[in-house]
Amino acid sequence: MSTFLNLLVYGLADGAILALAALGFVLIYKATGVINFAQGEFLLVGAYMFYTAFVVLRLPLVLAVVFGVVVATLLGVVIERLILRPMVGESAISIIMVTIGLSMLLQALVQMFYGTSPKSQPALLPRQSVSFLGATVPLNRLLVIGIAAVVLTAFTVFFRWSRHGIAMRAVADDQQAAMTMGISVRRIFAMAWALAAVSALVAGVLLGDISAVDRNLASFGLLVFPVVILGGLDSVPGTIVGGLTMGLLSQYVSGYLDPGLATVIPYVVLVLILLVRPYGIFGETRIERV
Amino acid sequence: MRTVAATATGIHHRSYTSELRLRATRSEYFRLALLAVVLLVVPFALGNYWLSIVNTIFIAVIGAVGLNILVGYTGQISLGQGGFLAVGAYSSAILSDRIGVPVPLSILFAVALTAVVGTFFGLPGLRLKGLYLAIATLASQQIIEFIIRRDYGGVLTQGKGYINVDRLEFLGFKIGARAVFEQQWYWILMPLAVLVVLAARNIFRTGLGRSFMAVRDQDIAAEAIGVNLTRAKLTAFAVSSGFVGLAGALTAHYSEVVTWEKFTLEVSILYLAMIIVGGLGSVAGAVYGAVFMTLLPVLIRNVANAVEGSVPFLADQLPAIQNAAFGAIIIAFLIFEPRGLDRIWQRMKDYIRFWPFRY
Repeated sequence: MSTFLNLLVYGLADGAILALAALGFVLIYKATGVINFAQGEFLLVGAYMFYTAFVVLRLPLVLAVVFGVVVATLLGVVIERLILRPMVGESAISIIMVTIGLSMLLQALVQMFYGTSPKSQPALLPRQSVSFLGATVPLNRLLVIGIAAVVLTAFTVFFRWSRHGIAMRAVADDQQAAMTMGISVRRIFAMAWALAAVSALVAGVLLGDISAVDRNLASFGLLVFPVVILGGLDSVPGTIVGGLTMGLLSQYVSGYLDPGLATVIPYVVLVLILLVRPYGIFGETRIERV
Repeated sequence: MRTVAATATGIHHRSYTSELRLRATRSEYFRLALLAVVLLVVPFALGNYWLSIVNTIFIAVIGAVGLNILVGYTGQISLGQGGFLAVGAYSSAILSDRIGVPVPLSILFAVALTAVVGTFFGLPGLRLKGLYLAIATLASQQIIEFIIRRDYGGVLTQGKGYINVDRLEFLGFKIGARAVFEQQWYWILMPLAVLVVLAARNIFRTGLGRSFMAVRDQDIAAEAIGVNLTRAKLTAFAVSSGFVGLAGALTAHYSEVVTWEKFTLEVSILYLAMIIVGGLGSVAGAVYGAVFMTLLPVLIRNVANAVEGSVPFLADQLPAIQNAAFGAIIIAFLIFEPRGLDRIWQRMKDYIRFWPFRY
């Protein structure tokens, strides 16, 4: 039972971070129709930016977070402007490849500036563990779940009720109609990338804190695909359900069966979902049939 | 819209056969002859180091032409290239080394097996398009990679984690020691690469190849004019994977060691980069791309070594710089010349043809 609970907490923590990473992915896909293969690199860059502010520049925590958010926003906007905007209207293959190129470039830049060895960063979240229903679970994982829940709620509220959020949903729904209502589609595109970078920053910092700030953070990016396919490519609640499911699934497979198997199980699930219900649980059934 | 390439003057096709010819003008035959001379002289002019790079290029050409049949001509994006190369490499290596099948036969079998596996992973392509297919092939890449890395029960590598492949030997002929190794391989790989290029060029002069292109341009319209979509897509996967399997098997026998690290997602991306840089939907483009993407890291390394004393930064950061250049080149080509080197070459020819006029 205690193993079960332990894995539950670990799985939920992983899942919460995955949901944050997937949220950025879904934002971009929903608003701009771009599949972003560089989402993992956004996590990586976010974690390193925070590291730079917090450890290298010795800024206080709050300022470091602000610094990270500002850099992530700029990064998102610049990438959208310089790389994705010229690609509007190109084929899916080209757009996928441009984000793959972007991911290689970002990863190489991080490696150039920070090297390959893991960076040590003082713990942001308390490292001690708490007893909970007979199991000892690490406190920081619980906090990760809490923080991710807060951020995800904030994003949901933003989409639901804020002016910009509603504009974003309008663009996602129908670009031309949104344009006739006076919404600047370009600004919305830029905002989608900026918000995706910010949510990836939060995910990256949290992941960096519970594991380590190193290059492996980017490998989390590919796990976004099983999550979003399960939840639905264009669904924000889908990312939460998908993220938690994938996090729990990986942790339970890794805990009870085989840690190696846990790395591939999400992809097996992905293939099964694509065969049965390609638009996922909450996705819009807009898939083209041939 | 983009301008169409210029045609040479004085060419009047009077029959379909003449229009279908690969070459029509004297200058085209001249360039072909020039290329043939270069291909024949290269093994005598270059040292072992550069010959080994040329040989790697030939294998890359075979793989890239195969991938371009699928991605460039049929419009089915595949991130599973690495996995398909692995199928070819592992099956040929195991058959020839452990079971004792003669190498040419084992390679043929590897080609057939990879075609079958490719068709199987192409099945999602019947229902999925574009980005969904990309994600599905990403999953198949991860699954194949996991299988060869984990190697349950040591079926593939007998628990060693890698396969040592014997030096190539067939019909009593054995590849010699290091001094002649690259040169002998050149005479195996060069004709194979030429054959593959010719085969690919010819596929797209047949009805089958045309149906691939119809599927790419508009699948529903293709279906309406009588293209069997299921058949066209699956055949494209099979033909393309067959070529890729050949490249994989040749990698195994040429490099004489098979490990999972050679068939990762990065390899899939490298091959996609080749056909994008070279030109999607062009056999010549796949060749240019393979040459370019194989030479790029080598050239960067040579430059870094040359200036090591004055700019130590370059040498220290070599892998990162190679990757950065790689990513930047993919992005730059997609934004500035989506039709790749093939189109640039075409424009250069046009420029000369029209000179002194602009168009």
